[in-house]
Amino acid sequence: MIAPIKRRLGLSTPLTLSQREALQGFIYISPWIIGFLVFTVGPMIASAYLSLTDYNIVTPPRFAGLSNYEYMFGDRLFWKSIENTLYYTVIFVPIAIAGSLGLALLLNQQIAGRVALRTLYFLPSVTPVVAAAFLWLWIFQPQIGLMNSIISALGFGNGPLWLGHPGSSKPALIIISLWGALGGNTMLIFLAALQGIPKELYESADIDGAGGVGKFRYITVPSISPVILFNTVLGVIGALQMFTLAYVASSGRQQQFSPGGPLNSTLFYVLHLYNSAFDFWEMGYASALAWVFFVIVLAITGFQLWTSRRWVYYEGED
Amino acid sequence: MSVMRGQGMLSELLPAWRVKRIIRYVLLYIVAYGLTIIFALPFLWAVSSSLKPVNELFLWPPQLIPKTWRFENYVEIWHVAPLARFFVNTVFVTVFSVSGRILSAALVAYGFARFRFPFRNFLFLLLLSTLMLPYQVTIIPTFLLFKAFGWLDTYNPLIIPNWFGGGAFAIFLFRQFFLTIPKDLDEAAKIDGANTLWIFIRIILPLSKPVVITMVVIGFLESWNDFFGPLIYLNTPEKYTLSLGLANFQRVVSAGGQATEHLLMAASMVMTLPSILVFILLQRYYIQGVVISSGSK
Repeated sequence: MIAPIKRRLGLSTPLTLSQREALQGFIYISPWIIGFLVFTVGPMIASAYLSLTDYNIVTPPRFAGLSNYEYMFGDRLFWKSIENTLYYTVIFVPIAIAGSLGLALLLNQQIAGRVALRTLYFLPSVTPVVAAAFLWLWIFQPQIGLMNSIISALGFGNGPLWLGHPGSSKPALIIISLWGALGGNTMLIFLAALQGIPKELYESADIDGAGGVGKFRYITVPSISPVILFNTVLGVIGALQMFTLAYVASSGRQQQFSPGGPLNSTLFYVLHLYNSAFDFWEMGYASALAWVFFVIVLAITGFQLWTSRRWVYYEGED
Repeated sequence: MSVMRGQGMLSELLPAWRVKRIIRYVLLYIVAYGLTIIFALPFLWAVSSSLKPVNELFLWPPQLIPKTWRFENYVEIWHVAPLARFFVNTVFVTVFSVSGRILSAALVAYGFARFRFPFRNFLFLLLLSTLMLPYQVTIIPTFLLFKAFGWLDTYNPLIIPNWFGGGAFAIFLFRQFFLTIPKDLDEAAKIDGANTLWIFIRIILPLSKPVVITMVVIGFLESWNDFFGPLIYLNTPEKYTLSLGLANFQRVVSAGGQATEHLLMAASMVMTLPSILVFILLQRYYIQGVVISSGSK
């Protein structure tokens, strides 16, 4: 790269056409390259270094070896946040994937007003998370909220305290997330995939006398399996990053405890990271948490891609 | 006798497969339209609560239709909290973030789509891999960097990074679209002596209106709804965006110990309305973008 430029500046030989093209290409992508170096590569290296230090922002970082990582393994809140995050991910993602697929199948039928239905299903997912959190906090209000009044009207007695009790706080957050996710991007992607399945496949299955379940199992699922994988991978990455909803839901005025409450039952991984960095200003420890998070996300994503070879069917193979 | 004859006629008119089909359709409609109630109920409940006077908030059992309609709540929220200020702040951040994302992502995508250079495929894969990188991984050094720049409590951390490529998703979307534009158009302009930037501005961009609108919608929703960025970088309440202001609404509002849920619901709806409007008006473009990104079309 540099030699041709030098030559050019020295006016020795003009650039060849392909050198000119390469130079221009690099100029056009340079905003991303600069951004990538400054906002991704640099910070990744810096946080690896910071994770080996004691750093409270006021005094300069002090090298501390692996002590942050050692501390992490004894940190009760770290394990609690892992437990909460896995609980949330393992319950939320499968329901969200199955539910979105169900809605997409529904919208793929011949129903009058399909476009209007699609729009209505989608609206919760464009609702700002902060607004959605307050809408639902009000619904989940234990004494006079809509949810518990429906529960008691149906004859189930007093409903749970929802976000006020560690036993019901995570289910409440899962319900809110599902409301926002079921009709969202995942459903749109499934719907597009369903519409892309060739009609002939179903017609020949009809001739073979296949029933609805058989067609779903042997035509629909294999045809859209790459999209199921795509949605699952992104869904898991998103669920592991759960933050805003939990933060807002557990720090509102009605709740008298710190973010992540009650009793740390909604302390998700990123919330723990946030508290460590921006509440306690333990930048070294928080950097260690960030790196471990990166490794966890990478491992879980890699695992999914690895197992996918068994069940994802790509067109044109075999 | 006659009854039995009637049944026989009915089954002739409606053979079993037709009955099955009708039942199936009725169920389909009940489920499809019944679900809209679940999705819409939180909105309806919020709107209803936002129009109630305080004393009606705590009625048991809760009433969906207010007895007294208190539209003044929607006037009051602008007085009890600097909501107008938050609104203007959010518009400012959103406009400059989205324009930066679109401009820089389009330029970068043009480079990837139309030029051959060493390591192009490797760099593009590297770009795509950042899609899976959670932003929390880099947040602490990035925060420290902006602190060193003296950018804390300014909008720079929320806006400036968007001008450096606009993110993998936006670049990918633009590139996919540019690849569908015939190269003959570029070649013809090149023969006429046009340079590559001219071709980008006069040929590629005008043909890319749909994908630009797609990115306007997606970028708008992301910036408008963003919470983490403002939470970390903004401290002064006058600089808050709507999401941060709303999160602190109950601390900002002094109601003398009175309940403020009706006002909170009103403010939540005010913040939600622009998102809903933008989506409804431009959903065709939004959906196209999401579908392209998943590679399922």
